[in-house]
Amino acid sequence: MSRGGSQRDGEPAGTERGAVPVTADGRPRTRGWSDGLRAYALEIRGIFQGGERGPLVVIAGLIVIWIVFQALDDKFLSPRNLSNLSVEIVGTGLVAVGIVFVLLIREIDLSVGSVSGLAGAAFAVLNVNQGWPEWTAVIVAVAAGTAVGAFHGFFFAWLGVPAFVVTLAGLLIWNGLTLYLLGASGTINIDEEGLVASLTSRHFEDPAAAYAVAALGTAGYFLAAHRRRSRHRAAGMPYRQTAEIWTRTGVLALVAFAAAYTLNRFQGLPLALLIFLAVLVVSDYVLRRTRYGRRVYALGGGVEAARRAGIGVERVRVAMFMVSGTLAAFGGLFVASSLTSASPTTARAAGSGMLLINAIAAAVIGGTSLFGGRGSPWSVLLGVLVIQSIASGMGLLGVEDAVQFMITGGVLLAAVAADALTRRAEARRGRP
Amino acid sequence: MAHPPVLALRGVSKRFGGVQALVDVDLQIRAGEVVALAGDNGAGKSTLVKVISGVNPADRGAIEWEGRLVQIKRPHDAHALGIATVYQDLAMCDNLDVVGNLFLGREIDRVGVLDEVEMERRARDLMRALSIRLPDVRMPVAALSAGQRQAVAISRSLMGAPKVLLLDEPTAALGVEQTSHLLDLIEEVRDHGMAIILISHNMGDIKAVADRVAVLRLGRNNGLFDVSSVTQEQIISAVTGAADNAVAHRSKGDEGAWP
Ligand SMILES: Nc1ncnc2c1ncn2[C@@H]1O[C@H](COP(=O)(O)OP(=O)(O)O)[C@@H](O)[C@H]1O
Ligand SMILES: [Mg+2]
Repeated sequence: MSRGGSQRDGEPAGTERGAVPVTADGRPRTRGWSDGLRAYALEIRGIFQGGERGPLVVIAGLIVIWIVFQALDDKFLSPRNLSNLSVEIVGTGLVAVGIVFVLLIREIDLSVGSVSGLAGAAFAVLNVNQGWPEWTAVIVAVAAGTAVGAFHGFFFAWLGVPAFVVTLAGLLIWNGLTLYLLGASGTINIDEEGLVASLTSRHFEDPAAAYAVAALGTAGYFLAAHRRRSRHRAAGMPYRQTAEIWTRTGVLALVAFAAAYTLNRFQGLPLALLIFLAVLVVSDYVLRRTRYGRRVYALGGGVEAARRAGIGVERVRVAMFMVSGTLAAFGGLFVASSLTSASPTTARAAGSGMLLINAIAAAVIGGTSLFGGRGSPWSVLLGVLVIQSIASGMGLLGVEDAVQFMITGGVLLAAVAADALTRRAEARRGRP
Repeated sequence: MAHPPVLALRGVSKRFGGVQALVDVDLQIRAGEVVALAGDNGAGKSTLVKVISGVNPADRGAIEWEGRLVQIKRPHDAHALGIATVYQDLAMCDNLDVVGNLFLGREIDRVGVLDEVEMERRARDLMRALSIRLPDVRMPVAALSAGQRQAVAISRSLMGAPKVLLLDEPTAALGVEQTSHLLDLIEEVRDHGMAIILISHNMGDIKAVADRVAVLRLGRNNGLFDVSSVTQEQIISAVTGAADNAVAHRSKGDEGAWP
């Protein structure tokens, strides 16, 4: 039996700096050209074997949905409809990003629909009825969402009330408050030329804008991937082949520039889409690359382990509900923006749960798990495209509400069932 | 010995609702010493570990660190002192990879941004130094075998170069070869001056590495023995209560609390 070196002062003995790490069977861990290909094949096989219910499956699903609706109505894939779709996804998408934060710590926030309605109403009342400046009203409306989230988080994290009950109560409370706020005035129309209205109406008509964003995104991805590769390579760790990075960048560029081209054939890059993409980039970076984000994932993977590692579990929990409340309120402003009004009717609709269900479905379809610790904000982009494509397609075809409800509910059920099956497959392959 | 014990517990008690898990427990350990903690299931061994590691702080009693009185109220306090723990249940974040679990709560970062490359490099170095073989330090811990999990948990505990190491039944999930590897490791870190509290049911393990054995029974001290001079039977009878040690002073009032 051989003894290892000492690990005092965290400096293990017998370390050869810069040496290429070697696997148990003695082969270098860097991937050669053919190994890279083989690994890639294995990766793809892994995705289809259901271990990683990767984005590829969702993308395939989205393509099928688009083809079906295009066959039923040839306006579906028109630049106009796709451009509108790219704006329609933003309200639900922002709410869904908030849901992702909460799902990652293995909890749920059922109040987001009501909170988004509350934010829209609060903005309208403050700006239109009370005459507050738009910026102030926007900040207060979003901050109200943050406060509501803190309130839920307090009941859940510190008093130990299950989150689904707290936020279910919240669903009714905040919807009630919204109706109460609007009660005196009924429908409030917001300024069609104003800040909030421009959230969904403003487009950057100069074609250069959309192309610049596409170019920036592609270049950013390439540089980040390349930098990672160099660092891993310098440290003697497995790294992606240059060819693989180029392929991925190429695919990304293709999608980004095709989207930019399509948007430019209508009214150019929508402001709403730009904001949504920015939120996705920032929240993904925080979650996956920072110390704070690591705590969030840790909570979803094992609360006890996180607690023992000295993570302030309660504080992270409250923070996640605050993020969810904030993004729900922000998303609510986009909903109000596209309606250019806040009304008791839309408030009741917000309370009915359609937005909530769409947001949860978007997160889960994209691959964020209801069982905590798995998923990312980017999952929302794909998920919300699927959900809104279905909604938009059904709208074009004039499908009645009753049927839309059943279909949306069915899609959510299918998504969570797939999530549960993935989890079972993982549990089987996991610990023996 | 001239030096005060690195860790000393005096009169530690802990209650969970109706269960009095620990009553007036004393325990001392010096640098470079292995103290085995023995006792029947439910004797309070894991509870004592969690008291020391700050997960379940004591209700009463004093804890001295290198001769001065300290408070351990949170896991952070214990970690700051230099106490590392491998818990019996090996709780980990199943969704994170080995590197993520090794560095959980003490990630290497630059202004809040994780330095994954440096963490992975150190993880590999540590695994190599401890002769631990894993297919990949980037695989999620959910995919590890029980023995591999154990190895990761122990590596994690050794990472901060602690002064006191608590091992709660570390050999329970291990095979023969892995166990002897672990015992080697314990001796080695002991030789570097670490103090180790080893909880084990296995008399062979205790005899092999421990200097002293402390026995807990129904949450109380029930004997402290020098391993070199005690027989296996003596330890077992202290564990089962066949011979209540003079150290144990059980009051009748508490008996009812035990099922
Ligand atoms: N978190 C807890 N809540 C309630 N009772 C507990 C808790 N932890 C331990 N106990 C009780 O304390 C007693 C001692 O348990 P434990 O320390 O796990 O024993 P051992 O590790 O010696 O087998 C048992 O009766 C157990 O049921
Ligand atoms: Mg135990």
